[in-house]
Amino acid sequence: MTLRERLREKISAAFYHHGLLCASYPVPIILFTSASILTCCYPLLRLPLPGTGPVEFTTGVRDYTVPSHEPQGDLGERPDWYRGPPVAYIQQVLVKAAVSPWDSSLVPVDVFRSPLGRVFSLLEEIRNHVHSDSTGVRSLEALCLQVTDLLPGLRRMQSVLPEHGCLLVSPGNYWQNQRELFDSDPDPLKTIQKHEPKGLHTSATLRDLLFGVPGKHTGVSHYNRKRVVTYTITVVLVSYDTRFLGSLRSRLKQLHPSANCSLRDDHMVHVHFKEEIGIAELIPLVTTYIILFAYIYFSTRKIDMVKSKWGLALAAVVTVLSSLLMSVGLCTLFGLTPTLNGGEIFPYLVVVIGLENVLVLTKSVVSTPVDLEVKLRIAQGLSNESWSIMKNMATELCIILIGYFTLVPAIQEFCLFAVVGLVSDFFLQMFFFTTVLSIDIRRMELADLNRRLPAEAGLPPPKPGPLRPREAPPPPRPSPHTITLQTPAFRNLRLPKRLRVVYFLARTRLAQRIIMVGTVIWIGILVYTDPAGLRTYLAAQVSEQSPLGDSGGGGLPPHLGVAPVFHAGDPTSTLSVLPAPEPTPLPENQSQGHHGSAGAGPRPQVPPAVPQITWGAEDEEGWRRLSFRHWPSLFSYYNITLAKRYISILPVIPVTLHLSPQEAIETRHPQDTRHPPPPIPKVSADLQTDLTLYKVAALGLAAGVLLVLLLFCLYRVLCPRNYGQNGVAHGRRRRGDLPCDDYGYSPPVSEISPLLLRGHSMDIECLASDGMLLASCCLAGQIRVWDAQTGDCLTVIPNHGLRRSSSSGCWEQRDGWDSVGGATEPECLGSDYLLRRRSVPARPTLFTDQPDLTPLIDTNFTCQPPSHLATPPRGGFDFGGLVERAYLEHESPSLGDAPTLPAQDRASTAGTQATADWDSSVWAMELRGNLIAAGRSSGKLELWDAVEGSLRCSNEDGVSGITALAFLNNRIVAARLNGSLDFFTVEINKPLGLLQYRGAPGRGSMPPSPCYSSEDVISCQLTRSVQCAHQKPITVLRAAAGRVVTGSQDHTVRVYRLEDSCCLFTLQGHSGGITAIYIDQTMVLASGGQDGAICLWDVLTGSRVSHVYGHRGDVTSLVCTTSCVISSGLDDLICIWDRSTGIKLYSIQQEVGCGASLGVISESLLVTGGQGCVSFWDLNFGDLLQTVYLGQSSDGQGVRQLLVLDNAAIVCDFGSELSLVYVPSVLEKLD
Amino acid sequence: TTSNINGTTNLVIRGTMLFSVGVFLALVLNLLQVQRNVTLFPPDVISSIFSSAWWVPPCCGTASAMIGLLYPCIDSRLGEPHKFKREWSSVMRCVAVFVGINHASAKVDFANNVQLSLTLAALSIGLWWTFDRSRSGFGLGIGIALLATLATQLLVYNGVFQYTSPDFLYIRSWLPCIFFAGVITMGNIGRQLALYEYKVVQEKTHQD
Repeated sequence: MTLRERLREKISAAFYHHGLLCASYPVPIILFTSASILTCCYPLLRLPLPGTGPVEFTTGVRDYTVPSHEPQGDLGERPDWYRGPPVAYIQQVLVKAAVSPWDSSLVPVDVFRSPLGRVFSLLEEIRNHVHSDSTGVRSLEALCLQVTDLLPGLRRMQSVLPEHGCLLVSPGNYWQNQRELFDSDPDPLKTIQKHEPKGLHTSATLRDLLFGVPGKHTGVSHYNRKRVVTYTITVVLVSYDTRFLGSLRSRLKQLHPSANCSLRDDHMVHVHFKEEIGIAELIPLVTTYIILFAYIYFSTRKIDMVKSKWGLALAAVVTVLSSLLMSVGLCTLFGLTPTLNGGEIFPYLVVVIGLENVLVLTKSVVSTPVDLEVKLRIAQGLSNESWSIMKNMATELCIILIGYFTLVPAIQEFCLFAVVGLVSDFFLQMFFFTTVLSIDIRRMELADLNRRLPAEAGLPPPKPGPLRPREAPPPPRPSPHTITLQTPAFRNLRLPKRLRVVYFLARTRLAQRIIMVGTVIWIGILVYTDPAGLRTYLAAQVSEQSPLGDSGGGGLPPHLGVAPVFHAGDPTSTLSVLPAPEPTPLPENQSQGHHGSAGAGPRPQVPPAVPQITWGAEDEEGWRRLSFRHWPSLFSYYNITLAKRYISILPVIPVTLHLSPQEAIETRHPQDTRHPPPPIPKVSADLQTDLTLYKVAALGLAAGVLLVLLLFCLYRVLCPRNYGQNGVAHGRRRRGDLPCDDYGYSPPVSEISPLLLRGHSMDIECLASDGMLLASCCLAGQIRVWDAQTGDCLTVIPNHGLRRSSSSGCWEQRDGWDSVGGATEPECLGSDYLLRRRSVPARPTLFTDQPDLTPLIDTNFTCQPPSHLATPPRGGFDFGGLVERAYLEHESPSLGDAPTLPAQDRASTAGTQATADWDSSVWAMELRGNLIAAGRSSGKLELWDAVEGSLRCSNEDGVSGITALAFLNNRIVAARLNGSLDFFTVEINKPLGLLQYRGAPGRGSMPPSPCYSSEDVISCQLTRSVQCAHQKPITVLRAAAGRVVTGSQDHTVRVYRLEDSCCLFTLQGHSGGITAIYIDQTMVLASGGQDGAICLWDVLTGSRVSHVYGHRGDVTSLVCTTSCVISSGLDDLICIWDRSTGIKLYSIQQEVGCGASLGVISESLLVTGGQGCVSFWDLNFGDLLQTVYLGQSSDGQGVRQLLVLDNAAIVCDFGSELSLVYVPSVLEKLD
Repeated sequence: TTSNINGTTNLVIRGTMLFSVGVFLALVLNLLQVQRNVTLFPPDVISSIFSSAWWVPPCCGTASAMIGLLYPCIDSRLGEPHKFKREWSSVMRCVAVFVGINHASAKVDFANNVQLSLTLAALSIGLWWTFDRSRSGFGLGIGIALLATLATQLLVYNGVFQYTSPDFLYIRSWLPCIFFAGVITMGNIGRQLALYEYKVVQEKTHQD
């Protein structure tokens, strides 16, 4: 254990120093890291680019031996794939046949029928060829590649391709290699055409496979002007036997001599094929990549509280990707050639390595105290997470080690890559990402500084900035002062950084340009490195132009793999990069004429009288003109892959067949003559190629459109809406632009309409409610009492004098409450309060025209479970969730809202209020029962009767202004500006000796408050005054569960017992003044300070439960539900934390300067005040449910205070008006 | 009644999403398995893959929908809501690892079937440990995996279904592990989706 602790300490210290280092020298470290990444990736340059074609290597035939498996030392240019025997040797017999001399009695079918017919005898010859010498007798059967079944999916090719025997393909396969079938075939062309695929084909077709030459060069058509038919017989051999092949060659040459043939036969070409990615392989690959991107997206979305989210997300991805590249590079460097398909295992490697560490690191660093230096923050954040990072890393390494011992080579290789990747990822995290993070944090702090500076610059130092209203409670100043606020419009123009980046990208089309440039470069490299590409072409050019260059045939070194079309000796082909290959090199003029006909349209052409069979250099390697998928597809039909293997192509055996017209006529089928003459010989192959090109282009376009649509759909599916992370959409929402839910259903606007309570002449300063009544106080000092149900103004208490102007209707309503209170009396009997049925006041029958509200209220009360009413006022035991919640809803916003008064408001209007008595301005107000407790700036505490509007008593013991009040049971706690705390007891001397007890209103979970009748004589006694409760002014005062909690500028929170005013705990933990406190019945206390920290305390023990940094700047408001803590800060962020673990669940970015008022209506419904509106949020997901606009002018004042009433209504101030918003659905749900 | 209807629609939506995910994964993973036997696809084979045993992907989809709905249901029944790593990034990681397990079973050559079985079992348990860690998840996974393997065996014995590979033991050695990993994965997705149902219900009640 001690060892572990020591280890932990050491690791932590090491990380701390490392963090200091990284944050101190960011630029050198980033340079160093980039250099090491580049160094490690350097070996990757040797790996081939993706997308290049097969690679060739040429050796001589004469001294050919099968290469050994072991890599041999200095073999010069021998490529490293040239090891071991090839998959197969390909021997092609190239047949050129023509009917000569041609005479006019022949029909077009004769051009190919009899030449094709000769294939069967040739096949016989090849099959039966036997070479016997001293070493034994060899036949084709022994040497050829024996194939078994075709793939199951290729049943329809069964009749055409050989099965269970030698792999020997020729055009004869169309007729099962039987002469009789061919002879009885009325239309050979149709037979050939029958097997062609219907749609567009890009790879090798069956016709290409069987003929062995590209389709249009076979000459098997009705429009063959040259009347030469070309085809091959392809023999696939599994072993190489020089003598057998030599005897076959000489035998065929002897039988069918090619007079003018000068084909070289001394080179064999080995063709190595790359990894094949077909569409079927592509689907799983694409799927894994989609999953990978989804993973990256969902991970990086969690990065929060940083200056540039995108930048950090990019850095995280770069970290992981470059660590993988480094891993591959290092493995290659140390001689480990990757045998796995890199593209396939890459997503899994990313998933294994993961982005978690990076996220943890970010979170840890941003949750360090903001007032620390950046260096120290980084160091502290690193050292906080050091243990978990090391532990995770050790675990992962262990798992991978276990994987290594599976002894499966592929898994071992994967594990090796993963280990190296993990280590390099750790390295990059420590050096690269940490440094980037430190730069980001530094930038963020600079930006914060800039944001606050303009506002504070024009002010004298003691005055609080406009955005920090609660830095200090305002001292009583006789002179009015003004603070210039930034106009809201100006503040709204400050776009979020993210948005600005996006706009910048959109404006400059940066992404498109980068992609375009990248694509051009890639294509350029491909063209340059392609075997048939630019490099060869350039080489050819150079060799041709240089006088030393060999201009003869085959002048280039064969291993360069010169495509025949670029042959140095052909002057036409050197002119263009990709000229159309010519079928046979006819005399020069004719060849060019053929070219011209393709380009210049129809031109009468005289067919040559005698078809002449010529052999040119391009026949030497005729297979080059085939698709490079030709051989792989031939082998794939038999489930043999050529990927990463090679085949050896032997020099072709030329066979020339001259057939007499007589023979052609003899072999005719009776139907042949009935064929119509060739209709239009203009449909040239070139045109067909063009059509194919168009088709490809159209298909490509369609595919592109489809892809865009698909991506769009994917985007909609993946992020149907913002999850409270991005406040941009919320912030820019305009009036009437209501959010839609998943089903496109927008809640009707009319459903929640605010009820405006007008009457105050100036801005409302204090707001208090006990659920049934609502008291508000404006800057003019006027107190108004409203009915929280109907919004009627009940009483107006003017600033001067005690004149009561009671607009009524209240009496009748009081009756309603009283009767209800009577009905619930039995439940309250157990409490130690005296209960009395309140006598009907003297003015009961005055206003009979008022609506009878009794049934409405009745419903509210009688449906309550009795237990709620019997809730004792305080207790140390655990209350149910409902109790707590209801208590919270009722209590938290109403208590001590007074100190949250923005100083500037009070100040800005002070000038206009010159006549008003400054001393008598109300700074704090509370409402319990029908008593309004008002704390004045003069230090006077007044108790008013809310119904009658009469001053019941006042206490002038203190002289310092009362900044906050708490009214609980019969006690009033007043916090004063000088840091003292006064405890008052309200004593009621009842003439009848009875105190009427009003039943708890609404859901009734609050401690029942006494109801004072007008006959009572109420006195307010100062029971205790704690003179130096805090060294600095008290900013927050909250009371619940028999405790009074104060927060002060002196960074401490104190907990007092309400009964005996005894200080229980002094809670230290904040590094700034306390700005917000929340306490509820379950004795959970949350406090937020100017340092942006939120502490959760246990009031019973005084211990700190958790401590998190959530905001940049002050925490302005705190609310709790049973499961989470909600905080809002000066950074316009609302954060939702898990209450038990202190983990941030998510945050909501709000509009700039949107106010800080929060309220919780139910367990999952949060309400926030904004600029002229209130917004409802779903707490479970952080979704904006609805925004209710309070007034007509959208640029109205922000909602600064917000109370949640018991009947699920909320009250908020809106300039000089109060706004009552009912949330009907919540009420229904609770009922 | 409105909330009832909402609940039903919600269930249907979730079921549909799970179904489509299941079908998609079945197709992709089937393709992976086919690749083991067919190293290179000629163009004609693909169509035959999609046409052969057409009922397999829908079956997988139905099963995954059922599993995905069952998991959150069981969680709520047991009264222990699953709180471990409830994030989409974690779910995505889980799916990726599941595909990876399939990939490994399809592409990696093992010396013998015991080794294959052991490796896959270790991977599957690791998947459960990394992404689930709930006892109910483990139990359900084991149960469904056994049932599904049994059902497949029965189908094969009755000749309804045929393994493409002649090596019978090979398939039998990976099938239960793959089923287990699949159940865990679908349960993970289902739980994550179930988080949204709550939200929708809430929204509806607010609008009512």
